[in-house]
Amino acid sequence: METKSIMIVGVGGQGTLLASRLLGSVLTNEGYDVKVSEVHGMSQRGGSVVTYVKYGDEVSSPIIEKGEADYILSFEQLEAARWLPFLKIGGKMIVNTQQMDPMPVVMGKAQYPAGVIDALQKAGADVTAVDALSLAVQAGSAKAANVVLMGVLAAKTDIGFDTWMQAVEQTVPPKFLDLNRKAFELGYQYQ
Amino acid sequence: MKQLKIGNEAVAMGLYEGGCRVASSYPGTPSTEITEVISKYDDVYSEWAPNEKVAMEVAVGAAIAGARSFCGMKHVGLNVAADPLFTASYTGVNAGMVIAVADDPGMHSSQNEQDSRHYARASKTLMLEPADSADCLNFAKQAYTLSETFDTPVLLRLTTRVAHSRSLVEAGERDDCGVKEYVKNPQKYVMMPANARTRHVVVEQRTLDELKWAETCEFNRVEMNDTKIGVIAAGICYQYAKEALGKNASYLKLGCVWPLPVQKIKDFAAQCDKVYVLEELDPFIEEHCKMNGVEVIGKEAFTMLGEYSQSLIAKVILGKETESLTADLDIPPRPPVLCSGCPHRGLFYCLKRLGVTVSGDIGCYTLGAAAPLDTIDTVVCMGASVSGLHGRNKADPDNANKSVAVIGDSTFIHSGVTGLIDIAYNQSNSTVIILDNSITGMTGHQENPTTGKTIKGDPTTAVNLEALAKAVGIDRVRVVDPYDLKQTESVIKEELAADEPSVVISRRPCALLKYVKHEKPLKVNPDKCKGCKSCMRIGCPSISFRDKKAVIDFTQCIGCGVCSQLCAFDAMEKGE
Repeated sequence: METKSIMIVGVGGQGTLLASRLLGSVLTNEGYDVKVSEVHGMSQRGGSVVTYVKYGDEVSSPIIEKGEADYILSFEQLEAARWLPFLKIGGKMIVNTQQMDPMPVVMGKAQYPAGVIDALQKAGADVTAVDALSLAVQAGSAKAANVVLMGVLAAKTDIGFDTWMQAVEQTVPPKFLDLNRKAFELGYQYQ
Repeated sequence: MKQLKIGNEAVAMGLYEGGCRVASSYPGTPSTEITEVISKYDDVYSEWAPNEKVAMEVAVGAAIAGARSFCGMKHVGLNVAADPLFTASYTGVNAGMVIAVADDPGMHSSQNEQDSRHYARASKTLMLEPADSADCLNFAKQAYTLSETFDTPVLLRLTTRVAHSRSLVEAGERDDCGVKEYVKNPQKYVMMPANARTRHVVVEQRTLDELKWAETCEFNRVEMNDTKIGVIAAGICYQYAKEALGKNASYLKLGCVWPLPVQKIKDFAAQCDKVYVLEELDPFIEEHCKMNGVEVIGKEAFTMLGEYSQSLIAKVILGKETESLTADLDIPPRPPVLCSGCPHRGLFYCLKRLGVTVSGDIGCYTLGAAAPLDTIDTVVCMGASVSGLHGRNKADPDNANKSVAVIGDSTFIHSGVTGLIDIAYNQSNSTVIILDNSITGMTGHQENPTTGKTIKGDPTTAVNLEALAKAVGIDRVRVVDPYDLKQTESVIKEELAADEPSVVISRRPCALLKYVKHEKPLKVNPDKCKGCKSCMRIGCPSISFRDKKAVIDFTQCIGCGVCSQLCAFDAMEKGE
């Protein structure tokens, strides 16, 4: 099988690392060769963060470059726009509609662009926009937005629901299992 | 069972399986997780040392005593540990010793882009470079045998993409080789001139022996495919090349990057029409090839800057570019910022108000240099804030009451304390602010000698910063809470005005620590908010401005209350 590429992008502190661990766990259980690349350290402090996940028969490079991602899962609108060039032509994008102002916007030096989702679609991307924060609150906590988004992605893949749920159970702390199960299901059912 | 592990975890697994008994490191991105993972093994003694020099000396001492040892650090940490490295190369080891050094091409979390391979050549120390997590495990494990075979410390070089990428590994058995007997041997272990002269002869012969080994060792591997293009690469560049060129090229993958083979490279190059050396940072392998008369293409086609990638290689070698989409939007950058509730924020806000020159240091608080706080004037290396301030104040004593140094608790112990001794001993009128957030923050929360806990979380003695400052000869030592802006500013003002050196300890634990209790998020009362933007001056990521009013993001705010001290209209209200 040809290598598939998934990017998870967002803002440092949004829980993208947990999402990539979950994804890595699912793909390993499915028997693929898997590589996941993430960057630790300074950029995690509220900066733009990106994780690359690749799987297939044999994966060489752990990183994803412009025009290579089959899926981009964005935890924030502006980050979706920033990383759009990394989407493969014909690839799919899942975008959390949450907006987080970057410091230049907070300081009034720049504007948070309006109509991001429309602009992504106009550029030719296949976009699923989802208010993951509300769904997470519905599941029990805003903190589970990352697991909601994983649910939305899961429904678009060939991997079965049970395999995903098993990975959720392996990845999240037992204390928060019920919350995360519910969050994942809400994401999975989202159209 | 195959497990998905980052390179650093795999290195730790390899060290464990290789019989490591003593590990000492100072945290530094992207090397930190190696030692964090080793600390989980009960049959390995592990510790965080005050700095990399101490860590390496601990490892040297343990290896000479007969225990397989380890120390790990980031690239700039090896500068600090270079002193023991160069002489440990002369003494050699008794039991094996492995040193991991993680370079950071692209500077994801570093102050420079140095290439640590030069240290291997300069110190005449064998260096291995893994290309994925499976290599990391295998190389780390085998490094102990190599170290004992050649009687040398062995360097294991990682780069960020290998250290922090997950790929599949399989755990093996531990080779617990016990503790070797130590036999007193001053000719080998006492490096005074007469002995060191004899040892230097041994070191030169050792390099020749290693070179002979490097020509045939399993670490250097040839993969022949199409021979129009030949690629010589090590580490992550081998992976990028494989992805970009696949079977359309042949490869010489170098797992040992010092010493570099000569004949093996010549033989490989002779079979290919055109040979590229693909290496990030400096032309280390390229120059070796050219010096030995092998015609290769390297930096004339590529770059010394930043990271390589499969698309860079495809573009340069094949002239191929991938199509991509762009949205018609102006996308503002999103630089890293101090976290919501970060105790450093209040301190930097006070320093900004005071308009002082700030000598900065390495840690999360380096972000005090970024807008809108814009406070820090200089950052060079670990500890340089304190000694640099002393230099500034000796050069310009008239402005000594308008300059301060800021340094974190862990960085202060690492190498700030020596600068403070210089300030006391040579009496400059310097004000040093220790940002004591009770943890090593930027690298992801490691204990340090001021926290009262060991790497395993066990209670231990803690350095008392106030007593330490007094003991080195600083009489004026003050403690402030950086959440209290009024107190913080007035104490710093007093210490700047004083005619002698002083230390101010800005003390408040990192807001991300698990034991730190968060308050309910604050809420802006829109009826009281006048839209004056005073609260925006602290650069808190929880505060934004919508419809001419400040808004607080409840998912981020931890209720620290610093912003409410800036609001003249009491608009910040405690949430429910």
